[in-house]
Amino acid sequence: MSEQAGHTSYVKIWAILLVLLGVSIAGPTLEIQVVTVITAFGIALVKAYMVAKHFMHLNVQPRYVAYVICTCLTLMVVFWAGTAVDIYKQEGTNWAKLDVPAQSSTTH
Amino acid sequence: MATGQLAVWWVVASEIVIFGGLLAAYIEYRMSHVEWAGYAAHTNVWAGGFNTFVLLTSSLAAVLAHQAAESGNGRKAAKLLGLTIVGALVFLTVKAFEWTAEIQAGYTISSNGFWAFYYTAAGIHAAHVIAGAIIMGFVARDALAGRELHRVELIGIYWHFVDIVWIFLFPLLYIAK
Amino acid sequence: MSEATAAAHEDHHEMSFWAKYIFSTDHKMIAKQYLFTGLAMALVGGFFAYCFRMQLAFPGMDVPLYGIVSAGEYNALVTNHGTIMIFWVAMPVLIAAFGNFLIPLMLGCDDMVFPRVNRLSFQLFFLSTIVLLAAFFVPGGAFGGAWTAYPPLSAKAEYSLTPIGSSMWLVAVALEFVAFLLGGINFITTTMNARAQGMKAFDIPVVVWMIVMASIIFMLSVGPLVAGAIMLLFDQLLGTGFYDPGRGGDPVLWQHMFWFFGHPEVYVVLLPALGITLEVMSVFARKKPFGLRIIIYSAMGVGVLSFVVWAHHQFISGIDPRMANIFTITTLLISVPVAEMIFLFMATLYRGSITLSTPMLWALAFVAEFMIGGVTGIYLGDNASDIYFHDSYFVLAHFHYTFFPISIIAVFAGLTFWYPKMFGKMMNETLGKIHFWGTVIPFNLIFIPLFVLGIGGQHRRIFNYQHFTDLSSASFQDLRVFATIAMLVLLGFQFVFIYNYLVSMKKGPAAGKNPWRSNTLEWTTESPPPHGNFGGVFPTVYRGPYEYSVPDRESDYWPQDLPD
Repeated sequence: MSEQAGHTSYVKIWAILLVLLGVSIAGPTLEIQVVTVITAFGIALVKAYMVAKHFMHLNVQPRYVAYVICTCLTLMVVFWAGTAVDIYKQEGTNWAKLDVPAQSSTTH
Repeated sequence: MATGQLAVWWVVASEIVIFGGLLAAYIEYRMSHVEWAGYAAHTNVWAGGFNTFVLLTSSLAAVLAHQAAESGNGRKAAKLLGLTIVGALVFLTVKAFEWTAEIQAGYTISSNGFWAFYYTAAGIHAAHVIAGAIIMGFVARDALAGRELHRVELIGIYWHFVDIVWIFLFPLLYIAK
Repeated sequence: MSEATAAAHEDHHEMSFWAKYIFSTDHKMIAKQYLFTGLAMALVGGFFAYCFRMQLAFPGMDVPLYGIVSAGEYNALVTNHGTIMIFWVAMPVLIAAFGNFLIPLMLGCDDMVFPRVNRLSFQLFFLSTIVLLAAFFVPGGAFGGAWTAYPPLSAKAEYSLTPIGSSMWLVAVALEFVAFLLGGINFITTTMNARAQGMKAFDIPVVVWMIVMASIIFMLSVGPLVAGAIMLLFDQLLGTGFYDPGRGGDPVLWQHMFWFFGHPEVYVVLLPALGITLEVMSVFARKKPFGLRIIIYSAMGVGVLSFVVWAHHQFISGIDPRMANIFTITTLLISVPVAEMIFLFMATLYRGSITLSTPMLWALAFVAEFMIGGVTGIYLGDNASDIYFHDSYFVLAHFHYTFFPISIIAVFAGLTFWYPKMFGKMMNETLGKIHFWGTVIPFNLIFIPLFVLGIGGQHRRIFNYQHFTDLSSASFQDLRVFATIAMLVLLGFQFVFIYNYLVSMKKGPAAGKNPWRSNTLEWTTESPPPHGNFGGVFPTVYRGPYEYSVPDRESDYWPQDLPD
């Protein structure tokens, strides 16, 4: 791995990242929701993966590093899955989240 | 794996769950409150986009610094780390102007839920940028003297993680409108 | 690296008091700092329990050494008792003190791989202790919104009535989390990278495995709560509405963020307690743990499952009942690996050559008492029965039957077992046994009445049950008084331990290197171990840590570092 070759490839990755950044900014201008989601978040995933693989050298680290990272991400999905149902719902059979301003302290 | 490197990866792992928890909460609130899209329309996508460019470039400088350190060139590594720190300062300066403008326009942390998350998430991220830049300064000082060159890679790993957090914050706070 | 460090240690001139005791980077000194801070906080937490139980048994009474307990003070005492016992006693003693002391010694190296980070972690922890206790002296007093700090009570000063105390409590807990994140990194990386030559994974003693697993579980679960705590702090101080439904927030989110950590946290403290118990049992039964690998794999299974059970703390908070069903199933499932480990512990004892020394008595008591806690958890894990039991004293008795074995019984097992190594002296066995029985019997006499009260419908966190017609019957009050008197007896017997602990340091018989004839590496060096632990010559490991009573060997133990 000569210094020259590594040098070029890092800069190449960086250039690709900037292009992706441009696409993600341009995406919403089309005003199509699906496109926006794909360009904004799909590209974010791709950029993150590229930084992790090429800059953090995740692919040459021992395997368990990737497993630990994946475990953390999975736990975040678990957290989201366990909480989303409660947070998304704005009302239930006997309750609703009302936009009520806070009461003053004199009322008990 | 070298012990220092192992430790940095464990730090990254614990930070993933901190930011992950915060962002999971944000996503849940955001998707259940339609009006937040309207609040989010007032973020400055150009400032955010420019800052993303700045952080990506600073990550490039950091990985080039690692490459220089690998070949034993402490001076070059220190210079490149210096560039990374400059990137951090630019990022923070842009943020300072951005936030000043927003606060003066009346969008403060207590304005509504969206802005609360905006300042909290970007603020915690900025705190990590500051901490990273400070540590990077110490590593650069040592690298310049040819000492502890292995630490260039380690602070780089942390820095790339901070960059990745921003890679997700950018669409979440600036693009989704 | 170890040789260079050993050489560096050679030119240590006489260190000043400050360098040796206060700003030490030596893992053994840091362990003692954590230990003594934790034990001191145990006295504080115990004192709080004394005050509020006296109030419950004799409402309105002028409590000796405290005064009259007001309603607000009652809340602060209850809140901080729980907070202190979990975060400032169980964790620092089980994980930081035992982890710091044992890990380098049991692995056969000279210190943690990051000694200065280690020192920093204690300094942060000490700072967190000061912040927590200082909250009692600020206007408004200490936070009284329960250790679970649910908003809006914890978020709005108009409800909590402790504007400064609430934020100080939160900052103290956050600092404590950072301290343990830093400490955990040391434990994990040292265990992965700094083992003696020849020590393979399953040659590592179980207690080290357990502390490392606990550190990993802690690190992975505390993240959302750190984020959530910052959000709560901002709600308190900056007027944000993260948990305020009137501002688009949701108080249930805090509950989720808290318990996503809060449940794995109980296994974070359980695993080291199990590890200590198994070490003690193996030595005093002269027997290898039965199914050692299964024990370790079960602990991993518990760790994994612990991340998907959390909402059983929220069954009646208004969560989606469909989620409640899922969490019931996972909660009941997690009892399986835990029960499995307990059965394996019992199998370890079977046909062992048992000595009922003080540490062994504590280890046996752990198993018996924890089982009571465990089986009562089944009723709480089922969302249907929990509708009745939630927030009753049944819950309280359940978790004291789990936490007390974890943070008191297992701790005493560890303290009495490793005391000779830590201080070079033997504790008095007779006093040890008196303390043992004087703790365990009253413990049961406190909490069995509380189970009964819980089944009878007594709610938690009530200042004075005389205000409730259905809970103020004479028979209920008699149970409260009985439990409180048992607590006074329990507290009294702790002075036996304090006396034994302190006096033996000076007057106890010399311990020698290996008074218990144990196999693990910490017993191969001096008691107490010198700076650098092994005098520059690090052990090589030839076998696992539990080769006791090996057939055809003359000796009934076989240290890890003996070539044959």
